[in-house]
Amino acid sequence: MASMQAAHTANPLIQIENLCKSYNLQGADGKTITNQVLFSINLTINPGEFVAIMGHSGSGKSTLMNILGCLDTPTSGSYWLAGKNVAALSGDELAHIRNQSIGFVFQGFNLLKRMTALDNVATPLLYAGIGRAQSRKRALELLRRTGLESFAMHQPNQLSGGQQQRVAISRALINEPPLILADEPTGNLDTQTSREIMLLFEQLNRDQGITIVLVTHEDDIAAYAKRLIRLKDGHIIVDKCNEASETVLNQAADGNSLITQ
Amino acid sequence: MNLFTIIGEALRALRQNRLRTGLTMLGMIIGVAAVVLMLSIGQGARTKINETIAAMGSNLFLVVPGATSSGGFSFGSGSVRTLTINDAYAIAELSSVSATAPVTTGTVQLNYAAKNWSTIITGTTPNYFTVGNWKMDSGAAFTESDLRSAARVVVLGSVTAKNLFGDEEPIGKTIRITNRPFVVVGVLMAKGQSLTGRDQDDTVLIPITTSERQITGNQFPGSIRYMLVQGTSASDMDIAEIEITQLLRQRHRIAKGKENDFTVRNLTAIADVATDTAKVMSIVLGAIASVSLLVGGIGIMNIMLVSVTERTREIGIRMAIGANQRAILTQFLLEAMMICIMGGVIGLIVGIGSAWVVSRVADMLIVITIGMVGLASLFSSAVGIFFGFYPAKKAASLKPVDALRYE
Repeated sequence: MASMQAAHTANPLIQIENLCKSYNLQGADGKTITNQVLFSINLTINPGEFVAIMGHSGSGKSTLMNILGCLDTPTSGSYWLAGKNVAALSGDELAHIRNQSIGFVFQGFNLLKRMTALDNVATPLLYAGIGRAQSRKRALELLRRTGLESFAMHQPNQLSGGQQQRVAISRALINEPPLILADEPTGNLDTQTSREIMLLFEQLNRDQGITIVLVTHEDDIAAYAKRLIRLKDGHIIVDKCNEASETVLNQAADGNSLITQ
Repeated sequence: MNLFTIIGEALRALRQNRLRTGLTMLGMIIGVAAVVLMLSIGQGARTKINETIAAMGSNLFLVVPGATSSGGFSFGSGSVRTLTINDAYAIAELSSVSATAPVTTGTVQLNYAAKNWSTIITGTTPNYFTVGNWKMDSGAAFTESDLRSAARVVVLGSVTAKNLFGDEEPIGKTIRITNRPFVVVGVLMAKGQSLTGRDQDDTVLIPITTSERQITGNQFPGSIRYMLVQGTSASDMDIAEIEITQLLRQRHRIAKGKENDFTVRNLTAIADVATDTAKVMSIVLGAIASVSLLVGGIGIMNIMLVSVTERTREIGIRMAIGANQRAILTQFLLEAMMICIMGGVIGLIVGIGSAWVVSRVADMLIVITIGMVGLASLFSSAVGIFFGFYPAKKAASLKPVDALRYE
C-alpha cells in the first residue's frame, strides 16, 4: 500500500531536533518568570504515519501540536517540515505552509459562524488565491465525499457535532495537504460519532497516505493510531508502535466505508 | 484571496450586525452631510457677495464730506457739507477718473392714484447709472438736458415701482413726490441687497438739480451728500485716490499739515474685505462640520476595535487555514472603508437634500459644486483608511496561537 511504502522513504515529513519551548510570564512581584513547557524534544514522523500524542493536561502536548501546526514558533531547536526549516520562516511563509501543507481539525470544530458549510470548506482555497466559483466546486466535491452534500448550504449551528466535525475535516482536506493535525477531534462528540470520525481519519491515512497526528487523552481514541507518543512534563516518555491499533481496526472492519471515493 | 472576494466577506460581516453597522454609519452620514451643508452655505454666501459686488460697479470710490467737531465733539462724517457738485465735475476731468456722480439724498412721500409710499430719494446726474452699474428694466434714465432744465422726471427702483404700480405699466405715468407731479421715465432692474444689507431697489432717482431746487431744498446751495467716482482701471486705483485727494485739498484750500475735510473710500477694497470675510466664514463652517466627521471616524475606530476583539477566534481560525497578515488586514480595513464609503454616499445625499431644504425654508442661496462632492467623498474614504488601519493592523498582528485560544 502507498502509505506503507511512504513510511519507509528516507525523507521524513516531520523532523524535530532539540526543540524547546518556554513562555515568559510576569510574576506578581513584577519579575519575569520563565515557564519551560517543552524540553529538548526529538521526534521524526515519516509520510503516511498515524501518530497519537498523549499526555495529561500540562504535559505540553497542545504546545507541541501548535508548533507542529506552525501556529507557534519554538524557543530553540529545529523543526523541518517536508524538508523546510520552519523555525526560520516569516509569518506569511508560515501562513502559506498552514494553507498548503497542513489541515487542522479542532476539538471545538472552529468553523466560521454564519457561513455555510460549503463556504467554510472553500475558504482555504480562497486564501490560496483560487476564485470563488472554482473553490465552491471543489468544496462541494469534498462534502460529497464525506456524505454532507445535502448540508452544503447549512450554517454550522444547523449541523450536529459530528456533521460539523466532518465539515471541518473536509476543510482540512481541501488543499490536499500531506499532514492533518487533529487536536482532540472527538472531545466534543459522543462515542458513536467519535468512532465514525476516527474511522474517517483511519481511512484517509490508509487510502490516501495522509499523515495524521492526533492529540488526545483518551486511550480508546489513541488506539486508532499506529504509533503512540506519550508526553509528561515536557518530555517524551513513550514512543512506540501501537499494538492496540490492529484490534480496533479488526472490530471496525465491517465494510461500511465512510469515504466513498 | 482576491479583492472581489474580500469585499464579499466584508459585506457579509457588516450584514451580520446590521444595527451596529447602521449606527456607526450614522456617525459618518451626519459628518459628511454636515460638511456638504456647511460648504454649500458658505459657497452660497460667497456667490451672493460676488454678485452684489459685480452689481455695485467696478473701480468705485465713495467720496464723502469730512467730519466736523466742536468743543471736542465729533459729529461724524458728512456732518459738514464741504463737497459740491462742482467738486464732482472737477474730479471727472482727472485722467485717472472716468466718471463721477454727485448725490443728494432725502426721504420723501410718493403718491400714485390711491397708493402712497415713503422712500429714499436720490438726486444725481445721468452718470450715476453707468458708474453704479444700474441697468434699466424699462424706459430710460433721465438725460443731461433733464439735468440742465431741472425737469420733473423720475426713475423708479423696482421695489418702489411694484409698490406704487403693482402690475400696471409705470412709464409715462405721473406720480407725485411731496405733492409735485413727476413723469416716470424709467424703471431700474432689481439689484437686491447691498453689502450692508440695505434694499437698493427701494429708491427713486431724479436729476440733482430738480432735487435741490424743488424737493429736498438745500441750505448750502451746490453741496452734496456724497459722490461716486469711477476710476479708469483697477490697476490705477491708488493713483486715482491720490489725484482725487490732491485736487480736493487744492479746491478746498486746505493748508499743508491740516486734515482733509473729506474722505475717499475705495469701495473695491471694501468689497475685497467682504469677499475675504465670506471665505473665512465658509472655511470656519467647513472646519466645524469636519469635527463631526472626525467624531464619526473615531466611532468607526472604536467599533472596529470591539469587532476585532469579538472576532479574535475567527481571526485565529482564518490564520490557521492559511490567511496571511495582509489578508486579515485587508479584510478589516475594507470593512471600515465600506462603512465610510456607504456612509459618505448616504451623507452626501442627505447633505444635498438638507441644503435644498435650507435654501427653500431660509431663502438662502445654496451652491453645491462637484468639487465639494469630491472633497466629501475623498474625506470620508480617508477617514475610513485612517481610522480603520489601526484596528486592522491590530487584527493582522495577532499571533495565530493566541487568537485561536481566545475565548
